[in-house]
Amino acid sequence: MTDTTNIKSARDVKRQMRRRMLADFWFYFSENRGAVIGLWVFVILVVVAVLAPLFAPHGPTEQFRDALLTPPVWQEGGEWKFLLGTDAVGRDMLSRLIYGARFSLFIGVVVVTLAVTGGVSVGLITGYFRGVLDTVIMRIMDIILAFPSLLLALVMVAILGPGLLNAMIAIAIVLQPQFVRLTRASVMNELGKDYVTSARVAGASPFYQMTRTILPNCLGPVTVQATLSFSNAILDAAALGFLGMGAQPPTPEWGTMLAEAREFILRAWWVVTFPGLAILITVLAINLMGDGLRDALDPKMKRS
Amino acid sequence: MLLNIQNLSVEFQTAGGMFRAVDGVDIQCERGEILSIVGESGSGKSVSMLAMMGLLPWTAKITADHMFFQDHDLLSMNKSAHRKIIGRDMAMIFQEPMSSLNPCFTVGFQIAEVLRLHFGMGRKERRKRSIELLDQVGIPAPETRLAAFPHQLSGGMSQRVMIAMALAGDPKLLIADEPTTALDVTIQAQILELLTGLQREKNMALILITHDMGVVAETAERVQVQYAGQKVEEQHVMELFNTPHHPYTAALLAALPERAEGRHLPSIPGVVPGQFDRPPACLFAPRCTRKKDDCDRAVVRQDANLGHALCNYPIRGGAT
Amino acid sequence: MSHPILQGTDLVRYYEVSKGLMKKPGLVKALDGASFTLSAGKTLAVVGESGCGKSTLARVVSMIEEPTSGKLLIDGQAAIVGSVENRKAVQIVFQDPYGSLNPRHKVGYILEEPLLLNTDMDGIARRKRAEETMERVGLRPEHYERYPHMFSGGQRQRIAIARALMLNPRVLVLDEPVSALDLSIQAQVLNILADLQTDLGLAYLFISHDLSVVKHIADDVMVMYLGKVVEAGAAKDVFGAPKHPYTEALLSATPIANPGHKKQRIMLRGELPSPLNPPEGCYFSPRCRFADDTCRATAPELETVGTVKVACFHRR
Repeated sequence: MTDTTNIKSARDVKRQMRRRMLADFWFYFSENRGAVIGLWVFVILVVVAVLAPLFAPHGPTEQFRDALLTPPVWQEGGEWKFLLGTDAVGRDMLSRLIYGARFSLFIGVVVVTLAVTGGVSVGLITGYFRGVLDTVIMRIMDIILAFPSLLLALVMVAILGPGLLNAMIAIAIVLQPQFVRLTRASVMNELGKDYVTSARVAGASPFYQMTRTILPNCLGPVTVQATLSFSNAILDAAALGFLGMGAQPPTPEWGTMLAEAREFILRAWWVVTFPGLAILITVLAINLMGDGLRDALDPKMKRS
Repeated sequence: MLLNIQNLSVEFQTAGGMFRAVDGVDIQCERGEILSIVGESGSGKSVSMLAMMGLLPWTAKITADHMFFQDHDLLSMNKSAHRKIIGRDMAMIFQEPMSSLNPCFTVGFQIAEVLRLHFGMGRKERRKRSIELLDQVGIPAPETRLAAFPHQLSGGMSQRVMIAMALAGDPKLLIADEPTTALDVTIQAQILELLTGLQREKNMALILITHDMGVVAETAERVQVQYAGQKVEEQHVMELFNTPHHPYTAALLAALPERAEGRHLPSIPGVVPGQFDRPPACLFAPRCTRKKDDCDRAVVRQDANLGHALCNYPIRGGAT
Repeated sequence: MSHPILQGTDLVRYYEVSKGLMKKPGLVKALDGASFTLSAGKTLAVVGESGCGKSTLARVVSMIEEPTSGKLLIDGQAAIVGSVENRKAVQIVFQDPYGSLNPRHKVGYILEEPLLLNTDMDGIARRKRAEETMERVGLRPEHYERYPHMFSGGQRQRIAIARALMLNPRVLVLDEPVSALDLSIQAQVLNILADLQTDLGLAYLFISHDLSVVKHIADDVMVMYLGKVVEAGAAKDVFGAPKHPYTEALLSATPIANPGHKKQRIMLRGELPSPLNPPEGCYFSPRCRFADDTCRATAPELETVGTVKVACFHRR
């Protein structure tokens, strides 16, 4: 019963508990090989992006006039100075890709933050209050969802004007309805629970109930969706960049790099392929990670 | 012997290692007998039966010395042979009738499915037999009920349908896993009456898994008590209630509100051992009032006249 | 003879249920006229099967919902939903130990929340009070930092009880508090409740469908069927000599843990009628073996017969 050897201080219990929860989470996450690989790739990406000046051999906008369209090092005509070749104005591909990672991550973070903050707040309010407000907002969300996301983003950017910031805002608006729906569904599910009733009866204001009682329980699916939206954001920004509506040249954003390289597909495959590969690998890694995250967080898949 | 299981163990792979849900349990049942397996949560009573029926997830590891049902060796059988027995000679009904029936299909379809799979009956025959079965389980106007969906039925009705489905295969053994726990007490009385009546009529063996000692007292012939995955006692029902031999059984009976004397119920201190705090020998020792030092080193199983109690110091004779 | 802390008079709660787009909404008379008094240190048990209205009564009494009509008096004053004073007087403990605690909050926070929302105690005072209450229900100090999923059902129920005690209530509404617990744990929790009642002079409104538990702890009992009270009185009178056929059937259907006990079981025919479409006259008449035309035409009123109140034309 009360074993004196086991009385621990509250701090020890806290630490032990956190360790156990982390270990539990890792157990389920690491079962998914793809997810773990995705995680490592993502971590490498973040490190490379943050320490870009250390990793990149040259500056991203540094032009080498005497080395235009140099092929990658393993092809004939390639040089060690430019490992992945150069583009039409003599900028080193590798350096541009490395700095481009910064942009992609930045885009992902900003877009997801905007979409999550907006989407979850709206979802909380509509899910909690229901009624006419709910109906109106959900119909607006339905309208947004009915449009192909890229098309809608394009229209918004066309209205706001091309540029990376506007592109990010447009993409955030387009991605928001998913979060609204998810949060609203979670909230409606939570409202029936006894602990929410308890809080209400204990005198909690609607704001308190929404933020402190209900919100923490909705975060699981939102986290997973956020991870997937991260990759969507990168893809959409790249697409907008490709169409000339996103980041403007000479920004080394991967999509913009693709746009500039369109005419060189046959002549200089490396100018097109590497940015494309970079986008592919990043998005794939994040999606794999998101999959693993969902499986790890889903209580039904738990085994203990 | 209809069912002979010896030394059954079931382990589950979990985040924290292997968890032994069933630990060396024996279960024997004769034809036409009513055996009740009683225990609280964590006793492994449901898991043992699910293991036998092959209904456990892939994370479960099942081992046993013997697992025979009517001369069929359940351990070495292949899947298709196993499927021929399950649902036919050996049937099971579960606790939550509302969620045990498939909400997408009508009641008639689900009963007919059993008949189709096991007997290959044609449509007309299936309909006729389904109506017979629904009538046997006491559902009024059975012809009209065939087209009903599970959500249109009450809890008691759904349980009757489940029993009908179980009976469709004309089973020699019916396992009822807490069949009345989710039902109101007056409906519970009806369902138990139905089960015992059917059992008598068809000379079917009935294994009743429950945690309700009242149900055990009124229904069972032989009782097996399980604790933390182990079988701790087995006796005939009268003897079990009058002279329990294992301290856990005695403590359980003493904790019944109807046996209370005064405001306080004699409760068992502590909790059932989980995955991480299993005692070295006797699993009940940390909570037992009769424990001595050797209970932490080894525990013996007594023989039949002491209820096969898994205890070093069983209660002999009358009350504690 | 203690004065009543809680008094309910003709409490009624109807719910409107939509029957589809084209039809008029149906009315579920979940609670159809319940009256009771509850005094300090006493336990009033409300028994019945599903749909009898006992949970609705619990929600109305603990002011989770407002009654459609009827009066609820706490200490002689009319109860108002949302009133802080009333909240401090009446608290509820829910049935499901796995759903009544917020999985994302630590135990300490769960316990301190009512104080945070209703008092101006500072952090240290709140923590001290939480730890005191934890000790009272048999929890250890290190449990303060843990999350609900780390506890067993019985321990969670203790946390729920501790939370209900935080505002020093006079009445605890216990909605099937031990139904989801194992027998041995049930005994532990019932003991805690008994001790708390003696130490703190609490009044309990104990909702249950388990008659063996109710027989053990109730001073008074109210038997309900489909929203109406069919019999009420002191527990020893109602259980000793039941006058309503439903009470009789309920007692007879409850299994006794004594294999030697021979029982003439009264089998009730049929099923509980739908609350959307209750029978004419006495609600119990379709299943009652004494039912006659009077029963099927008029609903019997609750009348005092000796020491109990019964609603039956054929009271025995």
